[in-house]
This record gives sequence, structure tokens and C-alpha cells, in this order.
Amino acid sequence: MSDTKNVLELRNVDKSFGPIDVLHKINLSVRAGEVLCLLGDNGAGKSTLIKTMAGVHAPTRGEILMDGKPISFRGPKAAQEAGIACVHQFGGTFPLMSISRSFFAGVEPTIGWGPFKVFDRKKANDIAVHEVRNFGITRIEDGDRLVGGLSGGERQSLAIARAVYFGARVLILDEPTAALGVKQSAHVLRIVNEAKRRGLAVIFITHQVMHALAVGDHFAVLIRGSIAADFKKGDKTREEIADLMAGGESMADLEEKVGIEA
Amino acid sequence: MSDAIQVAKSSKPKASHFSVGELMRSPAMGAFVGMVLVFCIFAAFGFHKNFLSVFGIANWMNFASMIGIVAIPVGFLMIAGELDISVGAIMPASAMTLGILCGPYELPLGLGMIITFAMAAGIGLINGILVTRTQVPSFIVTLATLFAVGGLTLTLSVIFVNRPQVAYEAPELAKALLGDRYFGFRASVFWWILLSAALYFVLHKSPWGNWIFAVGGDAESARNAGIPVNRLKISLFVLSAVCTAFAGMLQVAAFNSAQSATNFPLIFNTIIACVVGGVLLTGGFGTLIGIFFGTMTLGIVQQGIGYTDIDRNLSQLIIGVMLLAAVLMNGTFQKLATSWSTSKKED
Repeated sequence: MSDTKNVLELRNVDKSFGPIDVLHKINLSVRAGEVLCLLGDNGAGKSTLIKTMAGVHAPTRGEILMDGKPISFRGPKAAQEAGIACVHQFGGTFPLMSISRSFFAGVEPTIGWGPFKVFDRKKANDIAVHEVRNFGITRIEDGDRLVGGLSGGERQSLAIARAVYFGARVLILDEPTAALGVKQSAHVLRIVNEAKRRGLAVIFITHQVMHALAVGDHFAVLIRGSIAADFKKGDKTREEIADLMAGGESMADLEEKVGIEA
Repeated sequence: MSDAIQVAKSSKPKASHFSVGELMRSPAMGAFVGMVLVFCIFAAFGFHKNFLSVFGIANWMNFASMIGIVAIPVGFLMIAGELDISVGAIMPASAMTLGILCGPYELPLGLGMIITFAMAAGIGLINGILVTRTQVPSFIVTLATLFAVGGLTLTLSVIFVNRPQVAYEAPELAKALLGDRYFGFRASVFWWILLSAALYFVLHKSPWGNWIFAVGGDAESARNAGIPVNRLKISLFVLSAVCTAFAGMLQVAAFNSAQSATNFPLIFNTIIACVVGGVLLTGGFGTLIGIFFGTMTLGIVQQGIGYTDIDRNLSQLIIGVMLLAAVLMNGTFQKLATSWSTSKKED
């Protein structure tokens, strides 16, 4: 139990662009089968942190460890090959392509020989539908349907299922529920839980406290480029977390500023 | 009992949805219906003027084949989210290159063709590299190469043969393969059909086709999925240049001469053929069969009109209206195609 190691770990990571320091001394770790929720207001440095983990930026100082070994990615592709998958809002799927074609974009299964290799539609459809359904989207039965006909939540789920199928071990979800309604969000959260159940290390970035609390095991709040709080599930109440995200100001302070008279 | 009825109820519409729905969803369907509509109207007005004769059909098919050979690779680029208007200059440039090399300079045709293809591929390569490296819209990049190549063709023609055109008669075998008429149909028609079949395979069957759609749908996601976006785009520009060069060669073989004036109508015709054929201007969607029908429609309206009672001057008006209708339909169609599955399951 306790020897589940950190799949991804950041140690004292700093990132600055020229004279501007964006991240200071970030220490984070996520284990297999655990959801780490990264909370933070806009401009807190969430995007930079994601990009640093996904190999887009190299940390200015500090190190990134994978399975306990220091690692440095030469680019997002290298990070992907190491098993770090980043799913952005609506990213990773193509609205006007069929579900199976979208699922296998770039890694198409083929049958045939030499230059006459043909996209294996049947196999692709079977695998794509099976994988997506395994993630609980039972509405999808036909791999030939266009991705654009799916709801936002289903598209997210399709992208996540794709990342998992292609061997992701660390799943970075960038605001997957930001543009979704309540029902759709619940859908995505269920997918997050499923990924966790399958032993993936999930980093869930959000600014919706409710969504974070619904699936998170471990929370980190990012304020102005530093980790302002790092705690486990049940350690803090929803109000405390919301206050933390607002930059340490309590809701009461905020109400006072806005001028609401209670 | 009630279970059985339920099953029958739920499975029946499904079966009909799959066949009819899929057919109606296909963007090639719109292009096909449009083509049939135009054909019928023109046939009604041209029945007594030989519109329906083999010769009448061959006439507009010959015209369409020259556009079609260029329109397909241009359509590929449009699906990938790019545009190539430099074809208007590549066609005369290749025709002149072949004409000059094999005519006054008496090179064997095979060698002349290889050099011409290499020249065209070079222009395509420049287009592709400029578009992928600079992020300047391909419309502007290829507009620039259109004029640059057009000017260069004229200048070099005058330098080498002292005239903006050149006469060249291909050897008998080459003429039979590239230029002759069979039942009124020029060799280019058969090449067009052959090229369509080959590129149909590439776009709809091979994994490359999937990459083209993915790149046009969302280039960033395609890159993340490991698709070599830049290399693919460069290859497509080369393909479009090489196919255009081939069309230029067919022209030389058919008419025994080459002109160096930039072929501006070709630019519009290829784009119209693609859009009428259901290719989305925003990329990510389109079919080869649609482009094929779009080109045929264009051939009927532009060339077949001569075999009808319809005033020839109206052809441009018809094309304008058709283009507008096609763009609007493509938009509606896109909505229909994407919302199909959601509405299907609502009940």
C-alpha cells in the first residue's frame, strides 16, 4: 500500500521567462491511482506549470522526476513518449472526423501491404467504441459517427480514453469541466474516477472547487506562482479551499470589498 | 409480447438511419444532386442541340478533365486547411518548360517530362516551406508565387525562344497516351479518372488521408497526436504542383503548343469545383467524389452551355449562384452531420 511510488514529482521547480519569475519552488508529486487537483485563480501560473510538466518548457531550476529518476524532456513529444498525456479543453479530437478516425489520428491501424496499406476501419471502430464505452460512455455505439455530434463532456472523455489507450501513465487534464454544464461535468468527473481506478496518476487542473472535491485525493493551491497550500482530502473544508484560491482572502473579505451588506 | 414490439420498434428506424442517413450525410451526395440537377436542366434546354450526344458530353468532359486533375490536389490542400492558387502559373510554366525543352532544344520527351516535374515539385516545395515556416496564410504565399512564377515564365520564354509561346508536336506514342481523342474524349479524361481513383484511395482509404483531415480539423491536436503536420502540408503543395504540371503536359500533347500567359481562370475553377463539391473552406471536411462531381458540374455550366439554348453569357451568373448555394449548403450540411447522432439518441 504505502510503497506506491510517485509517478511524477517536481522538486523545487522554478520557471522564469527572462526577468519574470512565473513559478517559484514548486514541489508536487502524484502517485499512481491518485488524483491531484491543482487549484488556482487565473494568472496563478497553472498553464506554465502544466507546460513545464508536459515538456513544453524546461524548468529554469529544480528537477522533474519520473518513477523516482530525474528526467528532462526535450519537447512535448518526448514527454508523451514517457507517458505524460495532456488533454486540453476540446483538444485532441476532430469535430468533423468519425470517432474511430479521430481516436486513431496519427497511429492508424492498417491492413494491407507496402504502399497499399488501408486504414482498418473495422478494427479502428471496434477498438475505439470498446475503449470509449469502457470509460462509461455507453451512448457511443457507432465508430463512424462524427465527433462533432458528441457533447463537450463526451469529447473530453474520448480524448481521455485515447490518451489512456495509447499508454499514458500521467494524465494532465487542463480545465476539462470549465465550459461544461452540470451534467456534462459529472460525466467528465466520472471519467476521471475511472482513470484513477485504472491506476493512472491524474493531475486535474480546475478552478471549480466543487469539481476538485468530487474527485481529488490530494490538493495543491497555486497562488502567484507558488504552492500556497498542499493538503489531503478531508483536511480542509470547501470554504477554506475557496478562500485559498481567492488568494488567501476569505469570502467575508471579498464580500466586504464588493460591497455586499450581509 | 410487448418486449418483442419494443425491440422491433427500436431496431427498425436504426436500420433505415444507417443506410439512408449515411448516404444523405455524405457530402458527395449534395454535389451529386447538384450535378444531376444542372445536367437535367441543361439537357432540357439542349436536347435538340446535341447536348446529350457523345460528342456534346465529351466536349465538356474534356474541359472538366483539365480542371479536375488540378482540383483534386487543390481540394486536398483545402481539406488540410490551406489553399494553392499558384497552380494558375504552374500550368503554363510546365507547359512552356516541356515545350521549350523538347521542341526547340530537342530533348527526348521522357527527359523533358522529368525535368518539368522536378521544376514543378520545386515550386511546390517552396510554397510548402514558406507556408509552414512563416505562418503567412497560404493564400498570400501562393499569390506571391503565382505572380513570381508567371513573370518568370514570360521572361524566360522570351529569352529562350524569343516568343511567349512555343510549338511542339509530341512523338506518336506519347500523343496517343497523352493527347489523342477516343470517341471524342481526350486522353486527359482518362487520366483524370485514373488520378481520381488513385487519390480516392489516398484520401479515404490510406492512413495519409486521415492525417489530411486531422490537420485541417485541428492542426495543434494533429501535431500532438504525432502527425508530421509540416511535412504533410509540404507534400500536399508538391502534389498539387506536380499534378498541375501533368495537366500542363497533357495540354501540350493535345494542342501541340504551349502558352506562357498565366491561367487565371484555372485558379477560380479549381476552388469553385472543390466548394461546389462539398469541401469546407475552413478545412477538415470534403470528399474526392464530391470534388469530382463539382468539377463535372463546372464543366457542364462553363462548356456544355454551348450545346444548349441557354445564353452563354449566363454561365458565369449560374456559377456564381451555384457557388453561393453550395457554400450555404455546406454550412447547413456540416451542422446536420455533426448533430446527427445527438438527435438520433434523444428519443
